[in-house]
Amino acid sequence: MATAFGGDSGARVPARGDALGRWVGHHPIAALAVAVAIIVVLWLVLAPWPAGFEDVFGRKRLFINALFNGITLGGLYYLVASGFTLIFGLMRNVNLAHGSLYLFGGYMGYEATQWTGSWLFSYVVAFACCAVIGIAMQFLIFRRMEGEDLRQTLVTLGLSIVFSDLMVWVWGGNAIQIDTPDSLLGPLPTPIVVAVRSSGEAVFLQYPRVRLVIFAAAVLIGIAMWLALHRTRIGVMIRAGVDDRDMLSVLGYRVQLLFVLVFAVGAGLAGMAGVVGGTFQSISLGEDTHFLLASLTVVIVGGMGSIPGAALGAVIIGCAEQFGQTYFQNYATMLTFLIMVLVLAIRPQGLLGRR
Amino acid sequence: MALLQGTDSAPIGGQQAEHSGALSRWVSQHSPILILGLVLVLLPAIAGEFILVQVVGWAMILGMIALSLMFLGGYGGMVSLAQMTVAGVAGYMVAVFGASSLPYVSLFWPWWVAVPIAIAIAVAFGALTGALSARTEGIYTIMITLAIAAAFFYLTLQNWPIFNGFNGFTTIPAPIAFGVNWKRPLPLYYLILFFAALSYIVVLYVSRTPFGLALQGVRDNPRRMEAIGYNVTAHRIAAWAFAAIIAAVGGILLVWQNNQISPFSVGVDVVINLLIIAVVGGLGHPIGPFIGAIIYVILRTFALDALVAVGLDGRRFQTLIGLGFLVIVLFSPDGVIGLWHRWSARIRTSRGRNGR
Repeated sequence: MATAFGGDSGARVPARGDALGRWVGHHPIAALAVAVAIIVVLWLVLAPWPAGFEDVFGRKRLFINALFNGITLGGLYYLVASGFTLIFGLMRNVNLAHGSLYLFGGYMGYEATQWTGSWLFSYVVAFACCAVIGIAMQFLIFRRMEGEDLRQTLVTLGLSIVFSDLMVWVWGGNAIQIDTPDSLLGPLPTPIVVAVRSSGEAVFLQYPRVRLVIFAAAVLIGIAMWLALHRTRIGVMIRAGVDDRDMLSVLGYRVQLLFVLVFAVGAGLAGMAGVVGGTFQSISLGEDTHFLLASLTVVIVGGMGSIPGAALGAVIIGCAEQFGQTYFQNYATMLTFLIMVLVLAIRPQGLLGRR
Repeated sequence: MALLQGTDSAPIGGQQAEHSGALSRWVSQHSPILILGLVLVLLPAIAGEFILVQVVGWAMILGMIALSLMFLGGYGGMVSLAQMTVAGVAGYMVAVFGASSLPYVSLFWPWWVAVPIAIAIAVAFGALTGALSARTEGIYTIMITLAIAAAFFYLTLQNWPIFNGFNGFTTIPAPIAFGVNWKRPLPLYYLILFFAALSYIVVLYVSRTPFGLALQGVRDNPRRMEAIGYNVTAHRIAAWAFAAIIAAVGGILLVWQNNQISPFSVGVDVVINLLIIAVVGGLGHPIGPFIGAIIYVILRTFALDALVAVGLDGRRFQTLIGLGFLVIVLFSPDGVIGLWHRWSARIRTSRGRNGR
């Protein structure tokens, strides 16, 4: 009875709920470290800092701002990197033109807001334009050199050079900012205490509304992607393709169609991220390289071809960049770099990657 | 032109044993490269300083750095985007340990101390990069090395205590050694020529040593090499260290030739241009990177004027480079060398047909 029950439940409720428990069981020390880290961060965020603390670590406001900026930047990085990692995972194509797609999406979104005045509509335009380019790239070029991953990568490199030069031609070298819609302007009060005045009155953190909204949107997109990958038939096909492309094609599925679809979605996400980036910061010449590199590090740290890995890597890299800029400006990139080196040394396949 | 005439009498493979002596056979087999060498040695007789140092000299330095990329990519199967960064590390270190216009950063040690230290640091950096990327396979190497190259670029840009940030270093003199002022154009040209030729010969030699052959085995089938008992990772890291020596020497020469180094000497576009040089030239033979470099330098130096002369916008130079690169990658994956081989093979077959 007991064995039947145990066996039964094990078969019916596979992995998902147990995966965490199993991981904790296999790596007790790592799990403990992660738990302690989470508790420490929560305490740092929620508790008012003791007096001696601020002398060592600087003002709490700085810390909280770096953390929030890091996490919201992570949301942006996730949008860019998820497409990159999906394309890489399925097609073994390191799309070095991904940063150009990001920049192109940003410019198209800017043009759309200029013409229509609608911020939300600009996302649709950016997604559609980049998706069309992605489809064209897959259909006209990469289909012809399937399996030659080095050659494909070199082609994307050449394309990125041409794209970036053409974009300089059209939009010039000046930075462009996409206007935030009025409804999202201004700060949002949060229940986080950043300082206590001498009168004993608590000062709460005010954070730009638009960044929080966009971060929430990124999380929603992440959840939607997870659902699409795990709950739909096409998602199953994509995951099967990531694991073994040849076998999927042998089974009679139309892999080419899948490739075009994934390329379109990946490129479209990069384009949407361009609009987000244009609202967050600004878009200009050189941002394509910046975001290509961000995607590279995110994907290397998180695990190549893994969507949850991209999310984890994006938050880690976003926070590392912001904390680096806040606390040690001269060596800010070294922090990102060191994280990458550490991950490569300990887990070459990335934190959540599989061999 | 000399190249073309040379190969007429030197069919590749050299099976026609008309020549008697081993020396003359060797000469006829290698006549293109010997004629090229002769032309380069005699070039100062006809060319001015600008052509010598800014065109041919620059091309040979870029060729050396691209050669280190070709060695890793062609023989080791690891396409590295960090070779320019290795060269940049060496260049920066020469400026830091040697002389520059920044007395509060530079240590002003004599060249025979500064140069070896710079090369040693660059080789350590290259080997570390190799150790990181050798643990993964194939296409990941491009991603990891590109990330490393970009990290170094942003580091030099942000860091003022060591790398002097945005401005970098200027006035880095080539040393005065053995009674020669190597800063002067003619000595500098011969110095560059010497090291370029040396690195070419050494790469050719190493590719035929047991180490070079094992490395090519690792490139073709790492799993089988592992099974035979070779240490795949060790071979890869050793290849990285060897390539780093060439890149480091190239980087130091580049600093002496340019007289300055800044973050934009190791920027992402420069790093990518170096890959373009190597790929356009061809990863199949050590001469490829030098051919790619001379094409690149000539385009870089004269294409601006040429574009304007034809009525196009001179600023679209980068598009030209990108399109040219795309054409090569799409239609001749083994670069100009590949075009050359195919062309000479066609000549040979047609001549064979005529002879019969």
